[in-house]
Amino acid sequence: MKVELEADKCVASGQCVVAAMDVFDQDDEGIAILLTEEVGDDQVDDVREAVAVCPAAAIRLVQA
Amino acid sequence: MAETVAGPAHDVAGTAPEFPMPRASRCPFDPPPGLKELQEQGPLAKVRLWDGSEPWLVTRYAEQRAVLGDPRVSADTEQPGYPTKASAEAGEGKLSFIMMDDPEHARLRRMVTAPFAIRKVEALRPAVQRIVDGLIDDMLAGPGPVDLVEAFALPIPSLVICELLGVPYADHAMFQDNTRTMVRTTATPEERGAATREIAGYLAGQIARRLTDPQDDLLSGIAGRVAAGELTHGQATEMALLLLIAGHETTANMITLGTAALLEHPDQLALLRDTDDPKLVASAVEELLRYLHITHLGRRRAVTEDIELAGQVIRAGEGVIMVNEIGNRDPEVFEDPDRLDITRDARRHVAFGFGVHQCLGQPLARMELQVVYGTLYRRIPTLRLACALEDVRFKHDAFIYGIHELPVAW
Ligand code: SF4
Repeated sequence: MKVELEADKCVASGQCVVAAMDVFDQDDEGIAILLTEEVGDDQVDDVREAVAVCPAAAIRLVQA
Repeated sequence: MAETVAGPAHDVAGTAPEFPMPRASRCPFDPPPGLKELQEQGPLAKVRLWDGSEPWLVTRYAEQRAVLGDPRVSADTEQPGYPTKASAEAGEGKLSFIMMDDPEHARLRRMVTAPFAIRKVEALRPAVQRIVDGLIDDMLAGPGPVDLVEAFALPIPSLVICELLGVPYADHAMFQDNTRTMVRTTATPEERGAATREIAGYLAGQIARRLTDPQDDLLSGIAGRVAAGELTHGQATEMALLLLIAGHETTANMITLGTAALLEHPDQLALLRDTDDPKLVASAVEELLRYLHITHLGRRRAVTEDIELAGQVIRAGEGVIMVNEIGNRDPEVFEDPDRLDITRDARRHVAFGFGVHQCLGQPLARMELQVVYGTLYRRIPTLRLACALEDVRFKHDAFIYGIHELPVAW
């Protein structure tokens, strides 16, 4: 699976980082950045959680 | 769904139930029974407010998130139809970006997001642990019973936010007294105005000082934006005021409400007391955020363009209120929602709101609560209420729900 992030929507809540530390990080202003675009099977559930909790609907999980 | 929302409750003018509603006297932790009834009837209902206006109440989780994430609804209290909380709030100035819409909201908010990034907050954890341990040492060294609000719950967020902003904690009595007035729904507009002006005047002075003598703190960062011409001095002061007061009452009330709720659920308290697993502590924090509800007056918005919700058109100029405490008890999303279960996965709760206005300080609040809930009961395993639960005074009359005093012994 592939993860997509629309950084201009991000409101820097950091929820994605809490849900999936290996996939998301934050820049100096707290805006989310992707550590990887490809998500392994073992990470899919965490990324789904990040998609569900992101308050800004800035994250999407798509079929690679 | 359309049939249920068109029920008689709101068809006849003047018959909408009043909001806020009273809680059942024996259930200080549960939403008012009237709200639960409305939720069972459908995702939308009309309610009547203090000023006679009749906005929509959004009762269910999915619809609450949909509205809070919709750019056609406004957080601007001056929009037509905006449901104000009390007479004191009506006609008052804006409290910085939380009462603005994008793009201005986003521009201002991004100026203060940096210190709330997860890594920055984690770096503060040892300092918060020291604060919590120090306060517990003091409690244990003195005689019981003590009021947990004064001795523990209020100093923690106060010390942390003072540290973050860079204002001396020695001035905390002034912030706390004035904050209390500002969140009391029964305060007159004059009282609220005076309280706001005193804190704002103080912060304006602190910012002015940092314009010439910057420090390594958040107020200096805000002062830097003034120097760069990105903020007026007034906007900078509003922003500092928002950050200072938002952290105070919220976290303190979560600490006392959480403790009171756990003392009423000894099995859950025992799980927390006997664990050193940070995952279980984190999960307990999420569950208590879901189960309790300090923002009992709901998230409020004005609709600026017609929207359709659950088969009902909500017109531009109508108000909407999303009461997260019943959203968080929606049985569609949380199984057996009225049960406190710190082992459940409650992360999807809407205690911090949803959408672009979702609480900015939530990583800090979470970390503080994790340290508190992970430490207090472990270090004072015999902690108990020093009065009957019936005698605890809950804050029905405040913008932020919580507990006035919580006498505890051990
Ligand atoms: S959860 Fe969403 S809004 Fe929050 S930091 Fe991640 S992408 Fe940004």
